[in-house]
Amino acid sequence: MYDTSDIRKGLKIMIDGAPYTIVEFQFVKPGKGAAFTRTKMKNLLTGAVLERNLRSGDKLEPADVETKTMQYLYADADSFIFMDTTTYDQVNIPKGTVGESADFMPENINVEVLFFNGRAVAVSLPNFIEQAIVETDPGFRGDTATGATKPAKISTGASINVPLFINVGDVIKIDTRTGQYLERLSRA
Amino acid sequence: MVASRETLEARARILRAVRSWFEAQGFLEVDTPARVRSPGQEVHLDALPAGRGHWLITSPEYHMKRLVAAGLPRIVQIAKCWRDNESGPHHRGEFTMVEWYRANAPLEALADDSEALLRVAAAAAGRDPAALGLAAPFARTTVRDLWARHAGFAIGGDEDAAALRAKAMAAGVAVGTAVAWDDLFYQVFLDRIEPNLAAAGPTFVFDWPAPLAALARPKPADPRVVERFELYAGGLELANAFGELTDAVEQRRRFEEEARLRAARGRDVYPIDEALLAALPRMPPTAGIALGFDRLVMLVLGLGDIAEVAAFGDERVG
Repeated sequence: MYDTSDIRKGLKIMIDGAPYTIVEFQFVKPGKGAAFTRTKMKNLLTGAVLERNLRSGDKLEPADVETKTMQYLYADADSFIFMDTTTYDQVNIPKGTVGESADFMPENINVEVLFFNGRAVAVSLPNFIEQAIVETDPGFRGDTATGATKPAKISTGASINVPLFINVGDVIKIDTRTGQYLERLSRA
Repeated sequence: MVASRETLEARARILRAVRSWFEAQGFLEVDTPARVRSPGQEVHLDALPAGRGHWLITSPEYHMKRLVAAGLPRIVQIAKCWRDNESGPHHRGEFTMVEWYRANAPLEALADDSEALLRVAAAAAGRDPAALGLAAPFARTTVRDLWARHAGFAIGGDEDAAALRAKAMAAGVAVGTAVAWDDLFYQVFLDRIEPNLAAAGPTFVFDWPAPLAALARPKPADPRVVERFELYAGGLELANAFGELTDAVEQRRRFEEEARLRAARGRDVYPIDEALLAALPRMPPTAGIALGFDRLVMLVLGLGDIAEVAAFGDERVG
């Protein structure tokens, strides 16, 4: 068990049955009362942020969580198959666990997989990926009105909005957190 | 993070202005022992050992009250105090306290003093009191009023700890394993009250529940609360004031209870200050207050960390 003196950024603890990581903390001692640690923490499963005032002496249960860097290999009917980049072990992670992240998870990409009690519970992508366009309508020369966009597909099948000048085979940079086109890196 | 030269200069100017303000009000500046046998017995304070059965003071209050009892009606002290296991943006193990007493004066007189002092400090630092929100009269409220507005339930001061815990949980406050009355109070305070105080202008909070009496006397009109206020400004807890308890029998009972709680929680137990108890019957009705000088400097200079207002503020104490 941890106590409040162990609190530091990144410490993983259990709160109400879910694993959290400490994001911010501050020593406070109100009035003539006990010492507390004002704590902001993030739920590792849902990303929800929780604020708790932990009283000095309160015991905190460590969360059995571990992050591993894994390479995404391929998909089968209901799961994605990843390989641990250090041990080469392969694991199947249900598609539901990966969720919408799959849109920006091309094959062979390295991702961070969070294990909770030995089970993979979340996959986080790099913030930016580089992808070639596999399908889009030709741009219309001359139509350069600012902000005009069209849909384009990348290898994962996800469709994103790109400027009209982007063509099939162009490599672009995408922000995986927002799904937005950022820039063209090279032309077909 | 340490104080800049400009901060140290401003701190010195504020200190001089505070001293001359007290002198102009007819206060006698005193200097009481820093190394004592009986430091504050409060349950949540830890003194630093100072050798041969002595401790460094956590507050100069016991000796200052003996001076009031001995016939000095208006005294002030600017004292270094030490508290073990306190370290954070608003806490240092070694800090400077401005503590003053007014015999035969109501608690409100100390609120008036504090308001004046904050403006004096701002002016001494070359800051506009209005820009710091210190120009208008400070808000004066009560613990019960804050609870009614922000906590989601009413607090009386006579409910037992189990009832308080049930009410806090029903209101959705995460109270953890807290079962003691004061711990439950502060879980709610931190969760619901303090964030609102931090966003408000300078505020005096009066009428604290009897279980948080410390050295304060019960309010004659409503003994469920005591004569105590705290001053909050700019998100800082700046000062704590009491209508001082002069009933030596009741004071001994509280010291013994605190000693029992300290022992139960595995903390050092300090000898009861018999000299203070012997002096209390001679003490006139008195109001006393402690104001954190480092935090006062933080407030008027707009600095967020106590290490930024002290020379060598980054050196660890204790």
